[in-house]
Amino acid sequence: MTDTLTERWEVICPQQRVEPERGVAALVGGAQVAIFRTYDGGLFAIDNRDPIAGANVMSRGIVGSRGDAPTVASPLHKQVYDLRTGECLDVPGVAVRTYPVRVRDGMVEVGAG
Amino acid sequence: MKHLVVVGNGMVGQRFVEALRSRDTSGEWRVTVLAEEGRAAYDRVRLSAFFDGVSAEELSLHTADDGVDLRLGEPVVRVDRERRVAVTGGGEYPYDALVFATGSYPFVPPVDGADLRGVFVYRTLDDLEAIRDHAKGRRTGAVIGGGLLGLEAANALRLLGLSTHVVEFAPRLMPVQVDEAGGAMLRRYVEELDVKVHTGTGTTAIRPRNDGDFGRQADSRGSVYGLVLSDGSWIQADVVVVAAGIRPRDDVARAAGLDVGERGGILVDTACRTSDERIWAIGECAAVEGRCYGLVAPGYAMAEVVADRLLGGQATFPGADMSTKLKLLGVDVASFGDAHGTAEGCLDVTFTDPATRVYAKLVLSDDAKTLLGGVLVGDASAYPTLRASVGGPLPGPPLALLAPESGGMGTGAGIAALPGSAQVCSCNAVTKDQIVDAIHEGCTDVPAIKACTRAGTSCGSCVPMLKQLLAISGVQMSKALCEHFDHSRQELFEIVRVRGIRTFSQLVTEHGRGRGCDICKPAVASILASLGNGYVLDGEQAALQDTNDHFLANIQRDGTYSVVPRIPGGEITPDKLIVIGEVARDFNLYTKITGGQRIDLFGARVEQLPQIWRRLVDAGFESGHAYGKALRTVKSCVGSTWCRYGVQDSVGLAVALELRYRGLRAPHKIKSAVSGCARECAEARSKDFGIIATDKGWNLYVGGNGGFRPRHADLFASDLSTEDLVRYVDRFLMFYIRTADRLQRTAAWIEAMEGGLDHLRAVIVDDSLGICAELDAAMARHVESYEDEWRATVEDPERMRRFTSFVNAPDTPDPSITFEVERGQPVPAMGERRPVVLGLPTMGVRQ
Repeated sequence: MTDTLTERWEVICPQQRVEPERGVAALVGGAQVAIFRTYDGGLFAIDNRDPIAGANVMSRGIVGSRGDAPTVASPLHKQVYDLRTGECLDVPGVAVRTYPVRVRDGMVEVGAG
Repeated sequence: MKHLVVVGNGMVGQRFVEALRSRDTSGEWRVTVLAEEGRAAYDRVRLSAFFDGVSAEELSLHTADDGVDLRLGEPVVRVDRERRVAVTGGGEYPYDALVFATGSYPFVPPVDGADLRGVFVYRTLDDLEAIRDHAKGRRTGAVIGGGLLGLEAANALRLLGLSTHVVEFAPRLMPVQVDEAGGAMLRRYVEELDVKVHTGTGTTAIRPRNDGDFGRQADSRGSVYGLVLSDGSWIQADVVVVAAGIRPRDDVARAAGLDVGERGGILVDTACRTSDERIWAIGECAAVEGRCYGLVAPGYAMAEVVADRLLGGQATFPGADMSTKLKLLGVDVASFGDAHGTAEGCLDVTFTDPATRVYAKLVLSDDAKTLLGGVLVGDASAYPTLRASVGGPLPGPPLALLAPESGGMGTGAGIAALPGSAQVCSCNAVTKDQIVDAIHEGCTDVPAIKACTRAGTSCGSCVPMLKQLLAISGVQMSKALCEHFDHSRQELFEIVRVRGIRTFSQLVTEHGRGRGCDICKPAVASILASLGNGYVLDGEQAALQDTNDHFLANIQRDGTYSVVPRIPGGEITPDKLIVIGEVARDFNLYTKITGGQRIDLFGARVEQLPQIWRRLVDAGFESGHAYGKALRTVKSCVGSTWCRYGVQDSVGLAVALELRYRGLRAPHKIKSAVSGCARECAEARSKDFGIIATDKGWNLYVGGNGGFRPRHADLFASDLSTEDLVRYVDRFLMFYIRTADRLQRTAAWIEAMEGGLDHLRAVIVDDSLGICAELDAAMARHVESYEDEWRATVEDPERMRRFTSFVNAPDTPDPSITFEVERGQPVPAMGERRPVVLGLPTMGVRQ
C-alpha cells in the first residue's frame, strides 16, 4: 500500500489501534479519512464520507469481501465499496476517494498530498 | 355514470363489488350496496372461529372504497322494475343494473316450540353472539341437523362448555358429503369428543321448561328445555341450534315478479342474468339454470361473471366444483367430485384403517382409469392432489394415493400428472397452467404466487400444491445466506451449535468462502450471541456487528446515534424520568417518546455514548437493546393495579417478561405487550408475542407485527397460568431463534412453517420434536448469563477506546455534525437540503 509518489505522510496511530476487519476514522489535514485493516493484514484508506448519504460514517461499516475484492459496506444503507479503488460495487458511477496508507515503525501513516 | 345497486353485502356480494371496482377503470359504474345486517361483509366460512377467540373485526372482509356507498342495516324491501328503483325503509335507489346477492336463510322445520327462547339458527355473527350470551351459566345443548353446519354448531356449543347432542334425520352424519362408511368413521371421532350423536332420528317437538316462570317472561315465550325425538326419546337442552339446511333468499325477487327455480332461488342463465335483463343474481340466492349452490366458491365464480358482463364482457358461469374440505371438531373431512358414485358402472376403491381411524374412498370410471370423485375422513392430506385430478387419469396407484403414510401425495408425482386445466385452487378458480405461468413470469415463492394469482388466499388447502409446483418448475428456492455461505441461517445455527464453533473465522473457513459481508457477519454474530458467547464486542465478534450493535446505539441519518434506556413494561419512577431529562438536557439531545413506551434520546456523537451510558447506568438504567435484533420492549397497560376493568397485573407480568428476555439476540427484533383485560389497550395482538389477561389467567398470542405488512397475532393458548405462559414463551422464542431465517419476523416464520400454528403448538406444548428440554435449557442459560452491555462497556477502558471521534484527534468532534432548532429541540442541520413539504401550510407553533 505504499506510494512512492507520496512525499508527505501523516502519522496517525499505532498499528494495533486498527483492528482486523474494522475501521477507524482519522483527521488528515482537514479531511476525514476511514482506515481499515483486512483479515490478511492489508491496510486501506478511503474518504470517511458516505457519498450517497452525505454523513461521515464509512469507518463504521462492515469489512468483508465480494469475490476477490476487499470491501466495506456503508452502515447507513449498505452500499458496498471496493477498498482498493473506492468504487461503489452496487451503484454504478459512485466512488469514494482513496488515500495511500502504510505502516512505518509500528505506526499507521496516511499520504497527505 | 350508470348506477349499480347491489342487494346484500355477504361474502359473494363483497367479492362482486371488489371485482367490479378493480376492473371498472374508466369509472363506468357508481355503486350502492344495500345490506340487511348491521355489519359489513365478513368471512362466514370461518364463522365458527368466533368461538375460538377470533374477533368480529378479524373476520371482516370489508375494504374501504370511496367509490362504493355502503348502507348497512338498510335491507331492500321491494324492487319496482317499472320505475327501476330499489326501495328500502330509508328511501328509493334508482338503478341501471341491480344485482341480488341476498344469500340464504336457515331452514327451520315446522315443529312445535321452534320459537322458544334459547332456540337459535347459525348463520350470522349476531346469531353467534346470541348463542354465546344465552349459553352463559347453562349446561346442555342440542343441534338439530348433523350436516356440515350442524357439526360446526355442535363444536361451538361444546366450546361454550355445554354437554352437546346432535340430531340428524339421515342415517349418517354429513349425508351430503360423505358415504355411509365415512359417516361411521366421522361419528367415532365426534362421539369421542363427548358429543352424543342421534342419526336416523327426527325432532318431533321442542319443549319449554315447565316450571311456572312461563307467565313472567317479558316476551311471553318460554325457555327451551329439551327435544322430543321421533323415536319417542327425550333430550334435555337449555340451548338448541337449528342447522337443518338453508334456503335461498328469493322473496324480494319473487315479489318483483322475477322467475324463480322449481326448488327456489332466483332463476338465472349462465350469465347470471334473471328474467329481467337489468337484474342479476349471484351466490346462494341464485338458481343457475335451476340449480342453487351453497358453497362460496361457485358464488365467487358468479360474482366474477357478472362483474365481467357489466363491463361489456361475455363470461359465463362454468359450472361448479362442489368439493369441500373441512376440519370439523378437529377431524379432517373432504369430499370431491362424484363422491357418491352416481356415474354408471363406476367403481369404488376404499381404504379403512380403524387403528389410525382413516377412511378413504375413490370413485373411478368403469375402466378404473379416470378419477371421478371420493371421500376422505380422518386424513385429508391427499385432498388437493385428488380434487385437482378429478376427470383425469389417476395421479398414482389407488392404494398408494389413499394410504396416508405411503407418502404418495407428498412427492409431487401427483401434481406433475395433472392436466394444465385442472383447478389447483378451487376457492379462486386458479388452474395449474395459471400458476405455472406465474412461476415462469418470476414468482419464486408462495407469497408471490398468492399475490399474483390469488391461489391459496382463501382456505389455503392448496398451498402444499403451490410448493410442489414451485419445486417441479425447477425454481430453486436458494437458501444460501449470501455469496459466502451456501447454508440457510437455520443450517448455520445448527452447524455452530452442534460443532461448538466460537468464531466467524472458523465458520467461514470450514463452511464458507471469502471474508463475509454485511449480510452474513451480523447473522453469524446474532447466532453466536444467541448461543451465549458473552459480550458481543469481545475479540473477533466486534468486527461482525452491524454499526448499531457495534456502538450499542441506533445510527441516524447524520451519523449520530440515538440512545434508548430500558424502561421495563413502560413503568418508570419520577426520579428516573428526571435523570433521563437531565441527561438529554446536558448532552443537548432531542427526546421523543417511542411506540414501545420508552424514551429515545437522539443526536449523540460516538464519543458521547459512553458518557451518556455512564450517567444512565449510575442512575440504575441499562441498555434497552433498541439497536439489536433482540427483544425490544414489552409494552403494558396499567392493568388491575389501577384500572377498574383490569383482571390481572399486566404491568407486573410485562416487567417480569422484559427482564427475563432482555438482551436475547434473535433473527429479527422481537416485540411484546401485555394487556390487563380483553379491551387490549397494550395492543398485544400486534406483537411477536402478546398476552391478554382473562379472569382465569393469560391468553397467549403469537406472530403479530406492525410495520410494512401489519398482522394480528394468532391465539396460541388460552387461560394459562403464569408458569405455563412463561414456559411456552421460552420455547417459542428459542425455537424461533433456532429455526427462523435471517430477518424473518415471527409472523413470516410461522406462515412459512410446514403445518403452521398447529405444528408450532405440537412442538411447544406436546414436545413433538423432543427438543423442549433443550429449548428450556437454552433459555435458562440466557437468563443466567445476561449482563448489561452498556455497563460492561463503560467499566472497561479497553472497550471504551472504540468510542472516539478520530483516532488521531480524540478531542475533536466530527465537525460535519451540526444541529438547528425545531420546535424547541435540536435536529440535524439540513441547511439547503431540508426536504420541502408540499401542499402543507406552515403552521406557527408558539413556544
